[in-house]
Amino acid sequence: MMPEVTLMALLVITFIADFCGVGKEHRWFNPLVCVLMVAHIVINIFPVEASTAFGGMYQTNASIGVIKTILALGTLIVLIQSREWMLRSDTSFKEGEFYMLVISTLLGMNIMVSANHFLLFFLGLEMASVPMACLVAFDKYRHNSAEAGAKFILTATFSSGVMLYGISFLYGAVGTLYFDDVAAKITASPLTIMGLVFFFSGLGFKISLVPFHFWTADTYQGAPTTVTGYLSVVSKGAAAFTLCAILMKVFAPMVQYWEYLLYIVIVLSITVANLFAIRQSELKRFMAFSSISQAGYIMLAVVGNSALGVTALSYYVLIYVVANMSVFTIISAVEEHSNGNTDMDAYDGFYTTNPKLAFVMTIALFSLGGIPPFAGMFSKFFVFLAAAQQGSKWAYLVVFIALVNTVVSLYYYLLIVKSMYIKKTETPMPAFRSNVSTKIALAICTAGIIIMGVCSFFYDWIEVAAA
Amino acid sequence: MSILTLFVVIPVLMLFGLWIARNLNQVRGVMVAGASCLLALSIWLTITFIQMRHAGNTDLMLFTYSVPWFKPLNIAYSVGVDGISVVMLLLSSVIVFTGTFASWQLKPLTKEYFMWFTLLSSGVFGFFISTDMFTMFMFYEVALIPMYLLIGVWGSGPKEYAAMKLTLMLMGGSALLILGILGIYFFSGATTMNVQEIAQMHNIPVHIQKIFFPFVFIGFGVLGALFPFHTWSPDGHASAPTAVSMLHAGVLMKLGGYGCFRIAMYLLPEAAHQLAWIFIILTTISVVYGALSACVQTDLKYINAYSSVSHCGLVLFALLMMTQTSCTGAILQMLSHGLMTALFFALIGMIYGRTHTRDVRRLGGLMKIMPFLGVGYVIAGLANLGLPGFSGFVAEMTIFVGSFQNADVFHRVATIIACTSIVITAVYILRVVGKILYQKVADPHYETLTDATWDERVAVCCLIFCVAGLGIAPLWASNVISDTLGPILEHINSVSAIAAL
Repeated sequence: MMPEVTLMALLVITFIADFCGVGKEHRWFNPLVCVLMVAHIVINIFPVEASTAFGGMYQTNASIGVIKTILALGTLIVLIQSREWMLRSDTSFKEGEFYMLVISTLLGMNIMVSANHFLLFFLGLEMASVPMACLVAFDKYRHNSAEAGAKFILTATFSSGVMLYGISFLYGAVGTLYFDDVAAKITASPLTIMGLVFFFSGLGFKISLVPFHFWTADTYQGAPTTVTGYLSVVSKGAAAFTLCAILMKVFAPMVQYWEYLLYIVIVLSITVANLFAIRQSELKRFMAFSSISQAGYIMLAVVGNSALGVTALSYYVLIYVVANMSVFTIISAVEEHSNGNTDMDAYDGFYTTNPKLAFVMTIALFSLGGIPPFAGMFSKFFVFLAAAQQGSKWAYLVVFIALVNTVVSLYYYLLIVKSMYIKKTETPMPAFRSNVSTKIALAICTAGIIIMGVCSFFYDWIEVAAA
Repeated sequence: MSILTLFVVIPVLMLFGLWIARNLNQVRGVMVAGASCLLALSIWLTITFIQMRHAGNTDLMLFTYSVPWFKPLNIAYSVGVDGISVVMLLLSSVIVFTGTFASWQLKPLTKEYFMWFTLLSSGVFGFFISTDMFTMFMFYEVALIPMYLLIGVWGSGPKEYAAMKLTLMLMGGSALLILGILGIYFFSGATTMNVQEIAQMHNIPVHIQKIFFPFVFIGFGVLGALFPFHTWSPDGHASAPTAVSMLHAGVLMKLGGYGCFRIAMYLLPEAAHQLAWIFIILTTISVVYGALSACVQTDLKYINAYSSVSHCGLVLFALLMMTQTSCTGAILQMLSHGLMTALFFALIGMIYGRTHTRDVRRLGGLMKIMPFLGVGYVIAGLANLGLPGFSGFVAEMTIFVGSFQNADVFHRVATIIACTSIVITAVYILRVVGKILYQKVADPHYETLTDATWDERVAVCCLIFCVAGLGIAPLWASNVISDTLGPILEHINSVSAIAAL
């Protein structure tokens, strides 16, 4: 329970600090929260023994510990890079709220990945979604942000409803909600299959898999950029890991049913999102579609239905966190220095004025596109490996379609690179010096992108935990 | 730690050096120092390799070294060289060395240019030293992507289109490759990704081989300009800056042939035998069609790019003939084409830098104005059309003799058709040489142009030395190659003989 305890402590400290007026005109509020977050990560980085709590409703083991650390790392980057945004006059007065909302969503996600009972799982999910809606609507005086918040909360509650409906079917069929008991008793019947489908759809909304992705583009575009980053990596990573764990564990006896479900959803997610991404001219919308297709790749790891798949998924999420956060940090920095401009045209000739940022962005995009020597290629290869391990011709077909799509995705990532390096414009974005926090966040991300691929250390760390 | 790792370490150090370099002279210094080190290292490696073979070391791979990388997935960083990789490393280092001099005066963003250039070369070197499928593939992709920026930023003409087309087509090829690698790995049941060990296990069922062989062969074949997947090549080469064209046509296209042989044919031998006919037809088309297309082009770079399609097609063609002589010829052709096409592109770049046009119709009488470049161009042309005394002759002769050793009608007809490319090559080379060098000066403004500068002379002389050297004394290279090919071809041919029974 250690991560949850330290997160609660964090939440309380932040609340007290805010209450004592630290937030007013004090520039060390953000460093304080970041340091506390680092402390949280350090305390919980050591592998934990498998144990349960709350009468078996809560469970933890090394593999869950690792994913929690990865989520905390993502949150840390979000917190660091939020500083520049938090210095703005229309957000600085509610700085404390932002940190508390972020930490409480993280707490919800931690509970969700640790759940061993459908009710606790649902509780964690809601704890993660409701504060998330507040975060999305954080820039509420901006029209888009409020609209995005409304869209997010409506779809979130709707998907929760669908999921609850599915869980009630399962309860009706097997008479228990403990994961272990459900796994032992469940057999394929029309009722349980309906339960599976509804449950899957509910989580599909959270991970924004096609065809449950309709909220994604608007919400990502409207939300403050920092929050979009948070939503696209941490929230998605937690939901994907949970879906993976539940499918492999609870629905293990029904593998032949969910496997086909997965094939269809993966192929649709990757293909449809890629086709839509090509047409986008607004960078945050573009990243929304990119993240839908990345979600498809993440789910590819589940196809293998093996420990290798769980490792590949966690590794993919880890690398996705650093690569995607790097992109969002730059979008956010550019937005702050150009009056909220997030159009792709704004990046024309970016290299001539801001070579370092353009270079970091290029590395991050290459990583997302799966180009070595950057880490993204390794994580992509490993999910393909995990999926192909399944061995059936359908699995190979899905891998093949996903591979063809990597070429398409490379095309649109290269469009941004092209706009930064090659396109000429009369008025490129003026050179600006980014904030120290932004620099730190980018340094962490870039180091991660370069080191995590070349060094196998991080993979081994996840692998040892999963074994 | 193997000495081979230096081939990757030096470019990485060069990258670091370039990163901290403060001015143009430092950038050039780093590049020359690094490229010279690589050249010296590869020459040393070649000599040592030959000595070790003479001393009776008959291991398949020398200088082997392996360290687990992603252990649970059986991925290792394992390196080793045989005769084929040794000559390829030598070729690559020569091209990188001369490429550095060929882009001596490049502007703007010289530092960034050389950084991407070095990253590209580290991928090339890494590919040739790897013996692990994953590591090999990783380096392969490292070599591909810098191309996009090198062409897109520093290229000429419709560079954005060309860069995107090239990158996407090659990445499409590597997408096929990943599937092939996964198939080979899982269906061989291997607990390693080492090419040698998988080949020795040799337990992939034939019907599975037949599914994955086309994936791997086409995957690499895209880079080897296999018809009809060659269309990136003319556009890409025409738009790329000089040194990048040199490196790309000279070395990168060889990655395709090398991979086809090392992975597709070596690991999937039965399928290679059964499906060879399809690819022999395609490569024959490549050879003749490339040569014919070159005849009708008016842009010097397009002519040379189509000529590359034809010559690289010949490499794949010879490999698929699967006799020892033809395969030796294929590797010699890789070497020879790499050197002479680099020479060609270097000269074209230098001419373009002066005249600002590559249109054959607007050039003329250059021999009088820039005799050094003119002579170089004639030599490159003669080497290209296979004049005895230059490397092209040795390679093509060996290929056609080797191919004709196959006694059946199909192979012989294909060989005869491919042979016609020799004549067609003569047509387009001589036409261009006559037109741009010897007619009267096409534009009075050309009279003011100067001949080659010292850095250009270094690049050109170095390449001419290699082309002529390989033509006059080819025996050492063909021995090194042939010795290595023996056991590999024995493996490919023997197992298929068993399968045929």
